[in-house]
Amino acid sequence: MPNLSAGAVTKPLSLWRRAMDLGATAFAIVAAVLVIVPLLAIFVYLLIKGVGALDWAFLTQTPKPVGEVGGGMANAIVGSGVILGIASVIGIPIGIGCGIYLAEYARGRFGDIVRFTADVLNGVPSIVIGIAVYSLIVVRQKHFSAFSGGIALAIMMVPTVARATEEMLLMVPNNVREAAFGLGIPKWRTTLSITLRTASAGVITGCMLAFARVAGETAPLLFTAFGNQFWNKNPNQPTAALPLQIYTYAISPFDEWHRQAWAGALILIIMIVVAVAAVRITTSRGTLKGAS
Amino acid sequence: MGVGIEVKGLNAWYGKNLSLKSIDMTVQANHVTAVIGPSGCGKSTFVRCLNRMHETIPEARAEGLVKVGEMEVYAPGQDPVEIRRRIGMVFQKPNPFPTMTIYDNVAAGLRLNGFRNRKQMDELVERSLKLAALWDEVKDTLHKKSGASLSGGQQQRLCIARSLAVEPEVLLMDEPASALDPISTSKIEELIFQLKQHYTVVIVTHNMQQAARVAEFTGFFLMGSLIEYDKTEKIFTTPADKRTEDYITGRFG
Repeated sequence: MPNLSAGAVTKPLSLWRRAMDLGATAFAIVAAVLVIVPLLAIFVYLLIKGVGALDWAFLTQTPKPVGEVGGGMANAIVGSGVILGIASVIGIPIGIGCGIYLAEYARGRFGDIVRFTADVLNGVPSIVIGIAVYSLIVVRQKHFSAFSGGIALAIMMVPTVARATEEMLLMVPNNVREAAFGLGIPKWRTTLSITLRTASAGVITGCMLAFARVAGETAPLLFTAFGNQFWNKNPNQPTAALPLQIYTYAISPFDEWHRQAWAGALILIIMIVVAVAAVRITTSRGTLKGAS
Repeated sequence: MGVGIEVKGLNAWYGKNLSLKSIDMTVQANHVTAVIGPSGCGKSTFVRCLNRMHETIPEARAEGLVKVGEMEVYAPGQDPVEIRRRIGMVFQKPNPFPTMTIYDNVAAGLRLNGFRNRKQMDELVERSLKLAALWDEVKDTLHKKSGASLSGGQQQRLCIARSLAVEPEVLLMDEPASALDPISTSKIEELIFQLKQHYTVVIVTHNMQQAARVAEFTGFFLMGSLIEYDKTEKIFTTPADKRTEDYITGRFG
């Protein structure tokens, strides 16, 4: 074989280049580790602090009055579930619909306005959204409710879901749409059954991200769901939620409540992880081998 | 059975750019017609005008008379979706639906147009895959594998089967073999030869040998105009126009 690379390639890399390579690789690894560390640290800390107060009563009973030992956050766990359910049922369809509009139909100015509005809404502090919903709904109804809490969280979910949906749909190659048009499939059908389906993995990730983000929100619930020390089965009444309960307990002067706040935080994280994992598993069951 | 196509005074624009200049052409039913020409001559635009795919591109439009069988493609009030149902299309790059199984890919056109009969669907899928000469290679993995997991040549035959499943009268092929290796190409060519028994086929191709091999009629496009249109043999042996001769002998440009 002729030696084409006479010296140019066979010469060992200079010390400087090897050092740079090593440095860049080390930096990437350190950065990757730094991403994992906070989550891991939080989780481990929560486990240590929270497991102690975690028992069957915590999961099945309502809070006990100050001074009495025991009791739990069952009403807040269920309340959080109800509020998040309302938020998802409202926020996810609107967000996905908006994302579909932006990716598949928006032409020109109106699309830009919607996109800009979504980005701004995404940046609005959550307490401001809470106040807005308070004055729009709670003041008019003259009482707090799980509904108003759900709506506040839904408003926070919409922009995240919409932008994620838009981006995922735009990643679907145009020739997939053309293939569907070429078969005489109407545009709305193509969008729902072909394009959205092709992008579904990413869209679901976006929805889960939005869900996880609002699941821990306290501020928008302060003036909407308000919280409740007792069982409440009517979503039109003040309802307990885990973040509110954690907040109330954490700033209280009682040791017993502090312990329960830790346990509540642990349950909140577990709830989010379980919900996200459940959605992932159920939606990936239909996934095919070799599908891109 | 295939139907003939009649084109008269067809103009097409991209924005303000006139890219097809008053095309007249008559395509024979149940024959293969090739459209050749250099890049950017308007040959793809031409076939995309036949099933109104052209106008799916923003700011693109077309007007003129296109008659496919008895159907006037550009008649006012004519629904482009209905037209595309009757005129199938195969694209340059194989484009199976990536998240669907092989079976679902072929059935997609039927299913999403409201076809529900399970048994008939099975039959149509099998028939289409057989017509596309893919059945034997995929019959055991119909419901297991994704359309995207097939090889490039198989994907293209899957796309052909998908087009055939909705039982079109005309099949448009936009450089169907240009992304494929020679063996897959010859399979597709063989297939085109079979298909003309049932369909009218219009094929765009970059490859002049391919046009000579598969088509009875050939049209030569240049800069948005149809320069010459005749029997393939005539075009390749005794073209009437100097520009056609220059192009097919490779003296072009």
